[in-house]
Amino acid sequence: MDILEKEKKLLKLEEELKSLDDPSAIKQITSQIKDYKQEMMTELNAWDKVLLARHPKRPNAQDVIDHIFEDFIEMKGDRLYSDDRAIIGGVAFYKDRPVTIIAQQKGKTTEDNIHTNFGMPHPEGYRKALRLMRQAEKFKRPIVTFIDTPGAFPGIGAEARGQSNAISENLFAMSDMEVPVIAIVLGEGGSGGALAIGVGNHVYMLEHSIYSILSPEGYASILWKDSTLAQKAAEVMKITASDLLEFNMIEGIIPEPLGGAHHDYKKTFDSIDQTLDQALQSFNNKTAQEIKDQRYNKFRSLGFFQRFNYDNLKGVIS
Amino acid sequence: MKPDELKSQLEKQKQFKHRLMHKQSQSINPSKQPDVPKGLYKKCDGCGETFSAKKLEKHTQVCPSCGYHFRLKAVDRLRYLVDEHSFKEKGLGYISLDPLFIEGYEQKLEDAKQKSNIDEAYIYGYARIEGMPLVIGVMDSYFMMASMGSVVGEKIAKSAEYAIQKRLPLVMFIASGGARMQEGIFSLMQMAKTSGAIKRLHEEGLLFISVLTHPTTGGVSASHATLADIIIAEPNALIGFAGPRVIKQTIKQDLPEGFQRSEFLEEKGMIDTIVHRHNLRHTLHKLLSMHEVSGV
Ligand SMILES: [Zn+2]
Repeated sequence: MDILEKEKKLLKLEEELKSLDDPSAIKQITSQIKDYKQEMMTELNAWDKVLLARHPKRPNAQDVIDHIFEDFIEMKGDRLYSDDRAIIGGVAFYKDRPVTIIAQQKGKTTEDNIHTNFGMPHPEGYRKALRLMRQAEKFKRPIVTFIDTPGAFPGIGAEARGQSNAISENLFAMSDMEVPVIAIVLGEGGSGGALAIGVGNHVYMLEHSIYSILSPEGYASILWKDSTLAQKAAEVMKITASDLLEFNMIEGIIPEPLGGAHHDYKKTFDSIDQTLDQALQSFNNKTAQEIKDQRYNKFRSLGFFQRFNYDNLKGVIS
Repeated sequence: MKPDELKSQLEKQKQFKHRLMHKQSQSINPSKQPDVPKGLYKKCDGCGETFSAKKLEKHTQVCPSCGYHFRLKAVDRLRYLVDEHSFKEKGLGYISLDPLFIEGYEQKLEDAKQKSNIDEAYIYGYARIEGMPLVIGVMDSYFMMASMGSVVGEKIAKSAEYAIQKRLPLVMFIASGGARMQEGIFSLMQMAKTSGAIKRLHEEGLLFISVLTHPTTGGVSASHATLADIIIAEPNALIGFAGPRVIKQTIKQDLPEGFQRSEFLEEKGMIDTIVHRHNLRHTLHKLLSMHEVSGV
């Protein structure tokens, strides 16, 4: 039984609770609900995390922006072609200090999702992000990015307008931004499309978010020629927040309320707020050079390989 | 990764080491002419005609009939391009590990090593073209489609750093199917690593030329490949972020003729120019001459 099926059972219990008036029955069901919630969240597997990360009720970037920032003013367009609704950006106050926000936006309804292209950006989205990051650098304000995308959109227009180039230019520019960049994975961090706004001094993941080279479905279809093996792929790919923490790819995990972020928005926002505040404060007395070097060295060191000293060993065998 | 898992991983790699080192100690020599076996024929994917390997070799693996550019091994690329005996390979001794314990990955790496006679999908070093010194890097699509894992990413960054150290231009031949799926998130992060290293090269005022060859897709096309001062493509190379199959599946439409080919990218303004393989050496030499650093 996966997490969504378990959630259905929970909903049934909650429905039952509503129909009760007997105080002792209410008490009993309430405690049953609490226990069940606890139970369903223990031993989540990677596929459960995928389902939670993609949960239609999960708070999206706009929700987070509305609740932890003040006076958000959206800035649209790449000044070249159009305004991509899969990435929203702008300026806001965070604890009385201006910050630039760049976020991938998923919808909660089908209609919303058509509007935001299911959070899959076109080149325009990445170029808008770059424009706003440059603006942030000019005015020396920190950049906060929220990642939530299955990946960059694979389409004719996206390719014709240089999807590759749009992504690479962001990786390029982000590698030596003079202001702190904090990247937070809210739900899905899918491939280069996520990394294109993810080269942060600090990177954090929500407890049940995922970050991967490709969707588990895509991975299964490429590696095993069978997209129905997505569950197995999710497991072997190592895509959960704790996997990435173990690989030293992220600075921390942002805890979610019991049942997942969608069970308690307020708690989720508080949790994000706390992490972001601490992260930004840690750069308060850093120079531009220190900020650049820290980020560069972090990504420069990522990789898993071995090198043996060729020069020393050359003479040994032959 | 748990400590005991890591230990067993390193242990396994040790077993390969002896064989590997032996291979590596005969570092590649692109000046050596290949022994083209008699009676070996290759069919052209462009026009379907069949040619002897010897004839193709004479035409630097370009179809004499239709101009189709066959994919090149890194060693052959160097042989056709750089001055004889000028190539000195750098960055030896890297070994790819299997961070996610993907079944069959180690074997695949072994097979690729045997088949391509190089240790990973990217080699680089010092060379000269018509006497002009440069750092040259070549991705080899015969090695697991030159997908970018940790070692490829690391060596690409190293080649940029080597160019900075030597104050030389960097010319990189790109070919890649994209990410090295077997290395998962480690592979993804290489995009940030190579892009950052190329950024530093630019900051140093050094020239970076990328030559996109068939195929250049995925994470590689969306990182260092498209961050060059000058982007050249070989004719009719497939170049794009998403593969045509994925695009077709997503939009449920047929793709236009010539979509994602070099000529399409040139028309859309994404690359500087298309250069036929026979003219590459000449063009690169001219470009290097125009960017020669007068010894400060
Ligand atoms: Zn032909």
